[in-house]
Amino acid sequence: MIVARDLHKRFGDHEVLRGVSLTVGKGEVVAVIGPSGSGKSTLLRCLNHLETIDRGEVVIEGDTLVATDAAGHCRYVPEAEARRICRRMGMVFQHFNLFPHLTVLQNLIEAPITVKGLARDAIVPVADELLRKVGLFDKRDSYPSRLSGGQKQRVAIARALAMAPDIMLFDEPTSALDPELTGEVLRSMRELAEEHMTMLVVTHEMAFARDVSTRVIFMDGGDIVEAGEPAALFGNPSHPRTRAFLQRLS
Amino acid sequence: MEYILNILGPLLEGTVVTLQVFAATLVLAVPLGLALALVRVSRFRTASTAVSGYIWLMRGTPLMLQMLFIYFALPFVPYVGIRLPDFPAAIVAFVLNYAAYFAEIFRAGIQSIGRGQYEAGQVLGLSRAQTMRRIVLPQMIKRILPPMSNETITLVKDTSLIYVLAMNDLLRAARGIVQRDFTTMPFVVAAAFYLAMTLVLTWGFLRLEKKYAVYDE
Ligand SMILES: Nc1ncnc2c1ncn2[C@@H]1O[C@H](COP(=O)(O)OP(=O)(O)OP(=O)(O)O)[C@@H](O)[C@H]1O
Ligand SMILES: [Mg+2]
Repeated sequence: MIVARDLHKRFGDHEVLRGVSLTVGKGEVVAVIGPSGSGKSTLLRCLNHLETIDRGEVVIEGDTLVATDAAGHCRYVPEAEARRICRRMGMVFQHFNLFPHLTVLQNLIEAPITVKGLARDAIVPVADELLRKVGLFDKRDSYPSRLSGGQKQRVAIARALAMAPDIMLFDEPTSALDPELTGEVLRSMRELAEEHMTMLVVTHEMAFARDVSTRVIFMDGGDIVEAGEPAALFGNPSHPRTRAFLQRLS
Repeated sequence: MEYILNILGPLLEGTVVTLQVFAATLVLAVPLGLALALVRVSRFRTASTAVSGYIWLMRGTPLMLQMLFIYFALPFVPYVGIRLPDFPAAIVAFVLNYAAYFAEIFRAGIQSIGRGQYEAGQVLGLSRAQTMRRIVLPQMIKRILPPMSNETITLVKDTSLIYVLAMNDLLRAARGIVQRDFTTMPFVVAAAFYLAMTLVLTWGFLRLEKKYAVYDE
């Protein structure tokens, strides 16, 4: 479970997050939609400490990552503690960020061995199982450069899952893919949702948001403008900006 | 032919000195250069600036001057002054100098690795040190092989500078025979020796590049 309260983030004098609050409950699949530059990626990156917030509070699975006191001082927990908290969230990037010098299997087992200290024999069967799940067991000894975009992204999903996270964050996982390759990635994500993984997904795939998510959040200008069940938000958006955004898409 | 066989002995002795300086410099300057590069790219501003200054000093003055300083002037520097015999003095100068060049190669290699790799490491729970050791440095090696090949070949030839400390390296041995026998043949043989050494290096680096060619970026 993620609890974020009143997140503020600015780059220079550009305020990118203006007091965003958000709760993602266990097993929820929350889709974040909104125009380019509205702060969707920044929100995700603030939750897992890829960016530091200026004000607000983030609590992951009951552990406080960062809090702001009454005087307005924003304090993070110590680095090692922050790392321990954040690794309960896996993240999938738009541009995959696979490790090019490692094979597919090595990509999956690197962090479990280095971070958790697992024995190779203990994690390899888990990694193999994950590769089977995303349909890439036959690529286990290939290097990432030999894979298609869709395959790379499925490896990235499996790599994140190999750390057995409680939550998965996705930042436009299909935006860098050719249209005919998005389906295979969305299928893996859909399966994950069906297993009740807690997911927060920034996406431009409205079909995915509508069919798979339990809740949709519409962001604009660094704020959450509207949130609700997909049927309600897509069928009957209450805010004019949401309406305008959805109209522009169709 | 018989003449060449005759001078081979002293030339080989010189080659041993050359190779000793080469090997000692490489073995010591690579780790030192890596350490300098890591400090240079670190978050510690003061230390990073100090390393930049050091690199500027070492690359901005001639290696020969540095060697002469360490051998002749260092003994007279208050507090830190020690008198080093010629071989250690030469090694210290070479290591300090080459570490600066290696550090710049390593720094460029480290900084050529994209931010996405660090972020991928971080979200998987790797510490900065683990990300550096497991993700960034292994990828850096592939990228620095060409400049490292260049630099080590330069080192082979730079070893001839130790003649200023009156050490009998390959080139000085050859020159000694030239002056004694009034023939340039020892120079030709010395050139062949240098070429053989750089050939081995070139071959070694090519093998490394082949090894790292198993993956593309
Ligand atoms: N590191 C940064 N430095 C400065 N400005 C940044 C930085 N990262 C993001 N921004 C700015 O913050 C704003 C929000 O960016 P963000 O990437 O969060 O938007 P987004 O909603 O994810 O957009 P997109 O749909 O295009 O990915 C943009 O105006 C962007 O230019
Ligand atoms: Mg984005």
